[in-house]
Formats: sequence, C-alpha cells, structure tokens
Amino acid sequence: MDRKNLWLFVIGGLIVVLGLAFFASPYASSSPDGLEKVSIDEGFDATAEEHALAESPLADYGVEGVDDEGLSTGLAGVIGVAITFGVGMILFGALRAVRSRRGPDGPAEAPTSS
Amino acid sequence: MHIPDGFINTGVAMAANVVAVGGVGVCMKKAADTMEDRQAPLAGLVAAFVFAVQMLNFPVAAGTSGHLLGGVLATVLVGPWLGAICVALVLLVQALFFADGGLSALGLNVVNMALIGGLGGYVVFLALRGVLPKTKSGVVLASAIAAGISVVLASIGFWAEYALGGAGEVSLRAVFAAMVGVHALIGIGEGIITGLTVGAVMAVRPDLVHGARDLTPKLEVGPARPAVGG
Repeated sequence: MDRKNLWLFVIGGLIVVLGLAFFASPYASSSPDGLEKVSIDEGFDATAEEHALAESPLADYGVEGVDDEGLSTGLAGVIGVAITFGVGMILFGALRAVRSRRGPDGPAEAPTSS
Repeated sequence: MHIPDGFINTGVAMAANVVAVGGVGVCMKKAADTMEDRQAPLAGLVAAFVFAVQMLNFPVAAGTSGHLLGGVLATVLVGPWLGAICVALVLLVQALFFADGGLSALGLNVVNMALIGGLGGYVVFLALRGVLPKTKSGVVLASAIAAGISVVLASIGFWAEYALGGAGEVSLRAVFAAMVGVHALIGIGEGIITGLTVGAVMAVRPDLVHGARDLTPKLEVGPARPAVGG
C-alpha cells in the first residue's frame, strides 16, 4: 500500500514537473542571469567561449527544426525532464542495488551471483 | 550561474573537475550506504523537478534574471548525498544536451551549485533547524532561509574561482560586490520557491521529507507484529 502511494506521489509529481517544463518555460525571462549580467557589467563576458556542443539539436533549450519558439522551448523542457528522470532512475536504482547487496539490513532483493 | 568555458583558466577548471568527481564520488558512496529503497524514485523526481524549474528564469532587477539552483530544495527533500547528486546530474544533462554550462567548466559548476549550494546549504539548513521551532513551519522556514543563503554561498564560490583563475583584468572587489549583490536578490526567489515546494510536499507526504524526519513518528515494524512468510 505504501509503495503504491509512493508511486502515485512520484507519477503525480512528474505530471506537475512536465507541466512546468512544457507550459511555463516559454514564459521564462530571457534576460541574462546573475552571472552573465555581472560578466557584462564588469567586462569579462567576452572571455566566454562558444559551447563545444553549441550545434547540438537541443542547444539553448530549443528543439532544432521546431520554428514556433514557445513550442520549441516547451518540447526541449519535456525532453530534458525525461532525460533527467530516466538517467536519475538508472543511477539511483544502481546506488540502491549496491546498498541492498552489501548492506547489513538491506532486503534480499538483489540478485545473488553464485 | 552556469559558468561557460573561458571565464576561468584551464588549470583551475581542471582542479575543480577533480574536486567535483571526488565530491560526487563521496556522495554516491554515502548515498549507497544510507539511502532507503523508496528514495530512488523520489531522487529521480527531485532531479527532474530541479531541471524543469531551473528553466524558469524570473526577473530580479533591471535586465537581470535568476533561476532556482535547487541545492537546498534537493538536499532537504532526499538528504544531502542524494540531493547533491541530483543537482550534479541536472548540471551534467544541461552541459551535454542543452549547451548550458561549459564542458570543461562542469566541475566548477558542480562545485558551486551541488557541493557548495547543496551540501553547504544543507549545513545551513541543519543549523537553522537547531534554532527554529521543531514544527512543520520551522522546517519550511529553515529550508527557505538556507536556500537563499546557499545562492549567495554559490556566488562566492564563483568569485573564489574567478580570483584563482579568472580571465581578464577585472577588480576582484568589484566582482565580489556585484556577484553577492545580484545573488542576494536571486536568493530571495530561491527561498520562496524552495519554501513553497518543501511546504507543498510537507502538506501531502511529510514522511517523504528527509529534512523533517524527526517530526514524523517512526512506524513500528518488528516485534509488535509476528513476521509473516519469509
């Protein structure tokens, strides 16, 4: 029961996160952020190099080939959330598996290889 | 707050990469030692949340914006080790897929936002918990104030890196004043977003908030009921 509620919470949370990424991100301020602004004001912004992956299809939170700016940003947000959650689940699942295998009080759900 | 390549020289950036790898490695070891089963999907959700909300730049002053860094948010919700990893993961995804934050500067950004902002911010949170009332509101207030302070700490982290290896002939005193000034404003936004988010989770599932574990009575499992099956 607790596990079911936990997944309800996680799925509900993901829906909220995807909503924010898709619907809210197009309305974000496009002004330079704090560090960018300081670099401009103090005169070291020109030392920034172009990003090594500046040509990547999702560079600067837009999807290459999607002309509508709002849609492009929103889709990039959704893709980013999916990547982050997916990689996170693999990483955190792996950490949990490490714990379960060697932990003194961990449940015995980790595969025992012998 | 994402540092692009070029702001800080290669030597300092590489040193920061070493510190970042070491720091995140310690976090992974500690997380693997201490995490609860249910924290795996929660940490994934927290990382996704931080990614999404980092996109939502809010205006702070004329022609300047800021966005959530999420260090205190993540560490209060899933604990310091998993929380710092969440922020580092977001920074990795941003640098690799979204051209946000330089590749060789990734270590600098991890040090500032995950280690200083996350772990450092969590220490501030614990200190505030010690002096504020042991209530839900106390947890929310401590997380909000610590979040605001964490942004200023992260900005001082950038300043220290700039002092060690910054390009250009710029007055360090001026950079310090400008960084701390603008990030104090951004910190107010960070505090509000963190307080609202922690407050919302506290309202729905207070048992899932790592930083409030002392408030929820532990469920009695064990001798009270005979074990079934095996």
